[in-house]
Amino acid sequence: MVVFDKPHALADVPLHYCPGCTHGIVHRLVAEVMDELGIEGKTIGIAPVGCSVMAYDYFNCDMVEAAHGRAPAVATGVKRALPENIVFTYQGDGDLASIGMAETVHAAARNENITIIFINNAIYGMTGGQMAPTSLPGQVTQTSPYGRDVNHCGFPIKVCEMLSQLDGAEYLERVAVNNVKNVKAAKKAIKKAFQNQVDGKGFSLVEVISSCPTNWGMTPQKALEWIDEKMIPYYPLGVYKDRSAEKEDA
Amino acid sequence: MKGNEAIAEAAIIAGCRHYFGYPITPQTEIAAYMAKRMPKIGGCFLQAESEIAAINMVYGVASTGHRVMTSSSSPGVSLKGEGLSYLAGADMPALIVNVQRGGPGLGGIQPSQSDYFQATKGGAHGDFHMIVLAPASVQEMADLTVKGFELADKYRMTSMILADGTMGQMMEPVSLDFDVKPAPEKPWATNGTNLEREHNITNSLFLSPEKLEEENFKRYERYKVIEENETMYEEYMMEDAEICVTAFGIASRVAKNAIDEARKQGIKVGLIRPITLWPFPVAPFKKAAEQVKGIISVELSMGQMIEDVRLASECKVPVTLCNRAGGMIPSPEQVLEAIISMNNGGAK
Repeated sequence: MVVFDKPHALADVPLHYCPGCTHGIVHRLVAEVMDELGIEGKTIGIAPVGCSVMAYDYFNCDMVEAAHGRAPAVATGVKRALPENIVFTYQGDGDLASIGMAETVHAAARNENITIIFINNAIYGMTGGQMAPTSLPGQVTQTSPYGRDVNHCGFPIKVCEMLSQLDGAEYLERVAVNNVKNVKAAKKAIKKAFQNQVDGKGFSLVEVISSCPTNWGMTPQKALEWIDEKMIPYYPLGVYKDRSAEKEDA
Repeated sequence: MKGNEAIAEAAIIAGCRHYFGYPITPQTEIAAYMAKRMPKIGGCFLQAESEIAAINMVYGVASTGHRVMTSSSSPGVSLKGEGLSYLAGADMPALIVNVQRGGPGLGGIQPSQSDYFQATKGGAHGDFHMIVLAPASVQEMADLTVKGFELADKYRMTSMILADGTMGQMMEPVSLDFDVKPAPEKPWATNGTNLEREHNITNSLFLSPEKLEEENFKRYERYKVIEENETMYEEYMMEDAEICVTAFGIASRVAKNAIDEARKQGIKVGLIRPITLWPFPVAPFKKAAEQVKGIISVELSMGQMIEDVRLASECKVPVTLCNRAGGMIPSPEQVLEAIISMNNGGAK
């Protein structure tokens, strides 16, 4: 009896991610969801610029590499051309919440029927650990070496809270992948975000609080603990919008 | 029909069902036309949040293998530069329209040809070209739109219509009776594997310099074929010409008026009108350089095409500039004066 197998939608190649990085977990969850919903053959994934830039090699569905921050616009083009297909983007915090904020907000405002997996690890990983739009106040990074000074460079952006103000967005949930319980909840949210698209419900974004042991300067274990200690208190987990559920309640 | 509308209708006839754009003068008629027509024919018109988003939506549609376009004017095209480079790097076919206005910066909204460098030399980072088509009538706005889609698909690259505010706003009769070639098969399209093939990847990232170099060399091999097979130009009264005027777009129409007048005065002058600005028609200039005593480049810019004219004519004869800039158009009198001056041996 097979108790553990690689999802079909996940390519059988070595990932380039650092030891202890949670990208691997989230990749697997996305691939499992594609398998379970039977959508791999009609899915087109959009990879971002950042640590997951090479995600196009890691999923077996068709993949498009977008310019930095432009994944929601690229996804819009793909989805408008192929409305019967499933389109998702996989983006980091610099990509989605800094250089690509306009594309993110407007895709949500249009209720574009796409799924966004948003990795929030509060840092630019690929370029070596610079301050991200989601870096915490006081957080030390390469470009905030004395800690993020909110009087100088402003406050972190809470993406789910912000997007929840838009009438267009269908479903927004923040999850984490730092322990088994949270990973299970994350899987459920990601599955719902894809199922919403299958059902034609519209813009669904799952923000995944993730770790970056390398650039946080921590052991993988300590990094997972730091998510509980620092990240989740600033970025509370939960559903920020679920328009269909709200309608049912009303 | 207005030039801008001719582009829009020709695009629809060419099978384009996806248009993304952002409002900017003087090309907004294209978007307005698409907004009206697309929903009625099962197509998609979408006003993007920015020029950057629009070109990336184009990239998305192109990756699925469908014909797609965007249009803008000079400052907007600068914003699209990033996307143009990615389209080139991923070998994606698309049509881009630039109805030019005066620059630099916010510039003005009157006609200009000052994006010649931007259009013909790449227009953004990296080694690449676009096929650049320069219409000189409303009919050509339509013809070159259809041609632009066909060339884009044939060579897997971006075609650009480089028009100007006059061409966009001008009204002329136009025939839209096209025999459109069907789009070729696109086995590279990222449109879902159906679990029947290996996954396709639309991508311009190659971290291995050897691989990236190979991609660039392959692309430039294709460019060579285009230079050999797709160069287009018109010659007017060049058979016996002793002076050559060259101009594209609206400037070529002004130049023709001046040439007709000069001929009446007994001056043997002709015109070379590049229709493709990239690939640039080198051959007629090479030939002209053996025949004429000088070349006058008439431009709505501070002199951009003139550099290619000098290269093509190998500086064998003097090449002078007759120009207006910033949204001004040279008059036939100004061009005639330049012709007379060159005829009298007064080439600068």
